[in-house]
Amino acid sequence: MDLLRFTTAGSVDDGKSTLIGRLLYDSKSIFEDQWEALETTTQSRGEERVNLALLTDGLRAEREQGITIDVAYRYFATPKRKFIIADTPGHEQYTRNMVTGASTADLAIILIDARKGVLTQSRRHAFLSSLLQIPHLVVAVNKMDLVGYREQRFDEIVRDFREFADNLDVDDITFIPMSALKGDNIVNSTDAMPWYQGPTLLHHLEHVNMGSRKNSEDFRFPVQYVIRPDQDFRGFAGRVVSGRIRAGEEVVILPSKEQTRITGVETTDGPGNAANTGESVVLQTADEIDISRGDMIVRKNNVPEIKTKFEATVSWMNKAALESGKPYVLMHTSRSTQAVIENIRYRINVDSLHREDADRLELNEIGRVTIETSTPLFFDAYKLNNATGSFILIDPADNVTVGAGMIRNTSSSALDVPEEKSPDVTWEPWNIPRVEREQRNGHSAHVIWLTGASGAGKTTIAGELERRLWEQGKRTMLLDGDQVRHGLNRDLGFSPADRKENIRRVGEVARLFFEHGDVVICSFVSPYRADRDAVRGLHPEGRFSEVYVHCAPETLQERDPKGLYRKAREGKMASLTGYDAGHEAPEGKHVISVDTDRLSAEQAVDHILKQTGII
Amino acid sequence: MIEEEAVFIMREVAAQFERPALMFSGGKDSIVMVHLAQKAFRPARFPFPLIHIDTGHNFEETILFRDELVERTDARLIVGSVEESIRKGRVKEETGPEASRNALQTVTLLDTLKEHNVDCALGGGRRDEEKARAKERFFSHRDAFGQWDPKNQRPELWSLFNGRKNPGEHFRVFPLSNWTEMDVWQYIASEKIPIPSIYFSHKRSVFNRRGTWLDDNRFIEKYPDEKAEEKVVRFRTIGDATCTGAVLSKASSMEEIIAEVAAARVTERGNRHDDKRSEAAMEDRKKLGYF
Repeated sequence: MDLLRFTTAGSVDDGKSTLIGRLLYDSKSIFEDQWEALETTTQSRGEERVNLALLTDGLRAEREQGITIDVAYRYFATPKRKFIIADTPGHEQYTRNMVTGASTADLAIILIDARKGVLTQSRRHAFLSSLLQIPHLVVAVNKMDLVGYREQRFDEIVRDFREFADNLDVDDITFIPMSALKGDNIVNSTDAMPWYQGPTLLHHLEHVNMGSRKNSEDFRFPVQYVIRPDQDFRGFAGRVVSGRIRAGEEVVILPSKEQTRITGVETTDGPGNAANTGESVVLQTADEIDISRGDMIVRKNNVPEIKTKFEATVSWMNKAALESGKPYVLMHTSRSTQAVIENIRYRINVDSLHREDADRLELNEIGRVTIETSTPLFFDAYKLNNATGSFILIDPADNVTVGAGMIRNTSSSALDVPEEKSPDVTWEPWNIPRVEREQRNGHSAHVIWLTGASGAGKTTIAGELERRLWEQGKRTMLLDGDQVRHGLNRDLGFSPADRKENIRRVGEVARLFFEHGDVVICSFVSPYRADRDAVRGLHPEGRFSEVYVHCAPETLQERDPKGLYRKAREGKMASLTGYDAGHEAPEGKHVISVDTDRLSAEQAVDHILKQTGII
Repeated sequence: MIEEEAVFIMREVAAQFERPALMFSGGKDSIVMVHLAQKAFRPARFPFPLIHIDTGHNFEETILFRDELVERTDARLIVGSVEESIRKGRVKEETGPEASRNALQTVTLLDTLKEHNVDCALGGGRRDEEKARAKERFFSHRDAFGQWDPKNQRPELWSLFNGRKNPGEHFRVFPLSNWTEMDVWQYIASEKIPIPSIYFSHKRSVFNRRGTWLDDNRFIEKYPDEKAEEKVVRFRTIGDATCTGAVLSKASSMEEIIAEVAAARVTERGNRHDDKRSEAAMEDRKKLGYF
């Protein structure tokens, strides 16, 4: 049977405990003796109705204060699924508990009091859920009974929440109007809100898609323990944290980089020949290689990053602040090593999502840091692989776990993830927001990106286009390949890696002019689709237009404005896009196509302006 | 899923600690623990001894079963005896009809751990058993006095378990944290794990005390009005023979037991008199070092 883990976040008075109590009670997961204990307590407190919240408030101190102060785990099952609830307290000082509960969750329920609407802390819960990459969010709009079950109120809250969540990296949000106290839409549907056609909370929990957290592509096997019963058997115990492996496959051992073959897969039920994501197995290798706890077994052509320096987002969990330069112990997969926080780049204000300058992180604060370890870690970005992208920090003085971290993409691989929009922070480093600049300029900022082989006509069209916009009173900036390569990027050549970096830098520069309120025209061969997509990802939806400037190959050779094709024919150039190196043409509805065999520069500009709607 | 997790935790304990031990009570949870330990280190033997804290008030079937299991798995067994602690004057025997050695176990347990330098005790505790356990960690840190401080438990994230400690401190680790009573029974059934006969329905001489059927044995002093009678019963949990209640049941096969558990309207500990003394009883005992 499937097992779904979910967290519940909400503040003391949003009725979170009541919601869980209701879920347990209505799904018949409460036993008689628990119920009796509840009734007894209720009576001794002189309360009227049985208080469902008491079911989940375990510790005496909490009951006295009427709050929950730690992550509590609850279990229930329906015929369809088993559930583990990580119940985390919602008030300010317990961010650390929410991060803890969220680290293993498939889904998060964010509770909102219909009377109060979206509060700072609702936003904080949503932000933490996106930070920890919980695949599914449920926004439970509770206490609908207290706002007369009005659809309009529910819609307002949905709108407010969405507006905020647009800045977050969350794919799946479900909104459910409910009353935990009355039992509306928790387990049983209700007549009180005929305008709502969606599922009840339990129905949604039972049917939500599972396994979104799994990475089944990249085989990673951190060695946990070496098993050696006798001279004839030597095996490496561990869990396949992602990907899969079969006997007979070639592997490489990190950090030694020795290569060998898997000869046997001992499962917990005896000898087998394969293991999938999540399984605890014992691997045997063909060669007698020295392998120990903390090593990692991977495939030759799919290795993680191997580095002693990386960037991470850290959630701080200790009263004594995180300080740069102080040595900590870092646990990552089955590896422990010394680590120093090299610098704190910024603190993330979890309420406003703004970046703030900080030289330390206090309890419950979250920040972006650079970390250096004494031995290399074998990691992937958290976004791609939760297991190899997460770590904890331990204070060696008292052995307490003081921080939890998620490794970010290293800058060199950032372009491999086209959708990577600083997911954890809305971009707001500007003193004067772009919106104000646009108001003063009297027009919107925009980026027009011209891509195509050398000689296709990009430079001509870009120049004409800028002239036309300038005459219309627009603020403009033209960035061109040659001009940039003489200055900013003069350290780069034409290898695929350098081309990638060239476009990355240009994209960032375009972004700066865009934030300045300009219409930015970029004219670059930019042969790789992924690079262009990365630049698109830096800009808001609808403000980045891609123009594909193309013509027949013979026309390129004929024009040859820079004599490049001649050089290529004479063998004086290593590779030339359009001659012997491919250009990945952009595809999709959004692409503006310009065929310069058919259109003059002027016609091309007319076409572009019409398509982008700038004039 | 939960099996993989438990196996992962056991291996983590073997890797992180020098002298771990598995707490074995003879009950179903600890039997499942032994089964998982065998799986986790296959084809080798599991690298830790079993520790049984013997209250001296045992159901005979439990001890028989224990000795068979030790034989079968070739495990090393360490017995910590409460009788011994009483003789040594480490603890004082309670008297009267309500007397139990439950509270005394804690001292024997801590003494035994100390005597064998155990730095990590593996236990079969589950979070679903009782409210105070809902917040328990997989890796539960205990100070030099064996005490648990609910406000000072380390956060546990992802699958990263921090077992670092100072000399003299130890850990309790609970690989079955995420299992429910139902999970345990279903696992015993699917893996065909042998369990003591008293889990199945049988005829037994019992008497009723405040709604609980207690075994009529030489360890319990009956009140004058309590009369023993023959009933068809079984046990849902095995603890000290002075306070573990039986349930009236005809379930004599695994399937019947599972069906009964599924339909049960009372938690398995609902029949443990020791937990009922006060609402926060379990929490108080945990703080003192009980499992």
